[in-house]
Amino acid sequence: MNKMQKALHELSEMDELASRRSPVHRLHPAAKLIATIAYILITLSFDKYDLNGLVPMVLWPVLLFQISGINVRTCFYKLRIVLPLVMAVGLFNPLFDRDIIVTVGNIGISGGVISMITLMLKGVFCLMASFLLMATTKIENLCAALRKMHFPQIIVTLLLLTYRYVGVMTEELAVMTDAYHLRAPGQKGIDISAWGSFLGQLLLRSMDRAQELYSSMLLRGYHDHFHFAENRPFNFKDAAYVAVCILFFLLLRYVSITQILGGAIVR
Amino acid sequence: MIEFKDVSFAYEKDKYVLRDMSFEIGSGESVGLIGANGAGKSTIMKLLLGLVQGEGSILVDGIEVKKETLGEIRSKLGFVLQNSDNQMFMPTVYEDMSFGPLNYGLGREETDRRVDEVLASLHLEDLKYRYNHKISGGEKRMAAIATVLAMQPDTILMDEPTSALDPYNRRIVINTIRELRQTKIITSHDLDMILETCGRVILISEGRIVADGPAEEILSDKELLEANRMELPLSKSSN
Repeated sequence: MNKMQKALHELSEMDELASRRSPVHRLHPAAKLIATIAYILITLSFDKYDLNGLVPMVLWPVLLFQISGINVRTCFYKLRIVLPLVMAVGLFNPLFDRDIIVTVGNIGISGGVISMITLMLKGVFCLMASFLLMATTKIENLCAALRKMHFPQIIVTLLLLTYRYVGVMTEELAVMTDAYHLRAPGQKGIDISAWGSFLGQLLLRSMDRAQELYSSMLLRGYHDHFHFAENRPFNFKDAAYVAVCILFFLLLRYVSITQILGGAIVR
Repeated sequence: MIEFKDVSFAYEKDKYVLRDMSFEIGSGESVGLIGANGAGKSTIMKLLLGLVQGEGSILVDGIEVKKETLGEIRSKLGFVLQNSDNQMFMPTVYEDMSFGPLNYGLGREETDRRVDEVLASLHLEDLKYRYNHKISGGEKRMAAIATVLAMQPDTILMDEPTSALDPYNRRIVINTIRELRQTKIITSHDLDMILETCGRVILISEGRIVADGPAEEILSDKELLEANRMELPLSKSSN
């Protein structure tokens, strides 16, 4: 199995995760989507030095991992390529912001270090929330929810097809990579001289396959509506879930749980 | 009933792939479209399905294939693609099978009933909740046929249904095709399969019909086949 095939396998595994059954999976996709957006917005709204306030935000994804039966390790494994990028966002903060704002024992911690950690955590939390949404909701159901929320049809269709075409493109890439390495033994990666034609061919082949795939959808009656998505009503449970989540996020946002807990312990 | 009346088609200007093609296929017929690579077989399928538009007229049950009628036409036709990977784009076999019926407005219950019926008729019950990326090539081909049957089309079009299958799976697919009661149009280079599944053969070369008649007759004509870059089926050449 080459790297591309592994990537393809991992992509398919997301569908498998989304097909599982758990209380989180059973929630209406719109409820999960609203809660996730609210979580991301509230997480991002924390001040760059408010590390104390931010840390408890981890409770929500951790709770969802538990309830949905999805392993946290699976999340970090699947996000292993994006995580370093997110972590790198605040990497230079310690160089520019050197004012000491916290002292732990005799060690002074600069605002740059705090803001770097805060930025990293914000990124990681948001990625975890997005992963949870995708791992507990089928893409078709998510797109149907987006349509019901009046997101523009073209964007929703684009999202659905992109998700499906990523697989197609990866498959083609896997075949082409194998074909290349069979005729270029001992080479690591694709030689730079072949990049142009390789990418060109990949694009053409992917377009051909994507066209055929789209034709196949059209021939089976697809016309930008999501009849094939689960069509269940947004019920009281879903509304309650959204309300409880948002209240919980607001609580974490405006009440410093860490300070209260810390105060209680010190006292 | 499918009618092609003086149909011509060119992918590039003045480079015709099909020229003045006319033929009729009656209800319940099984027709094999054969010909060398580039003869125009797949183009006939695409024209019939309205995926490309040419000159002349194509009628399905008296309805002309044009932009306004595509929905109705496509509900009558089921197309099994050569590459099942392109046909099976949903995560599981069940979801793929219900994709078409749901799009055509059937309710969940009716769709589920159809899916179960088709799976039972093809003895594929075990595949229902399997993931498409985890089933074998042969199973995927059968599942692709099942997705089309779940739409209950009047006519089934198949592009190379036995390509890349091992003998065991090829036999399963052939037996399945033989049992289908719908009108069938099959393009293939597997002439033995065509001989077993089709009563009539249309031989195409360079965009024109060279021969149209009983499969047994055309597929026994060595000279005709060789003149059109084909060979006798194995079952005929051993006689």
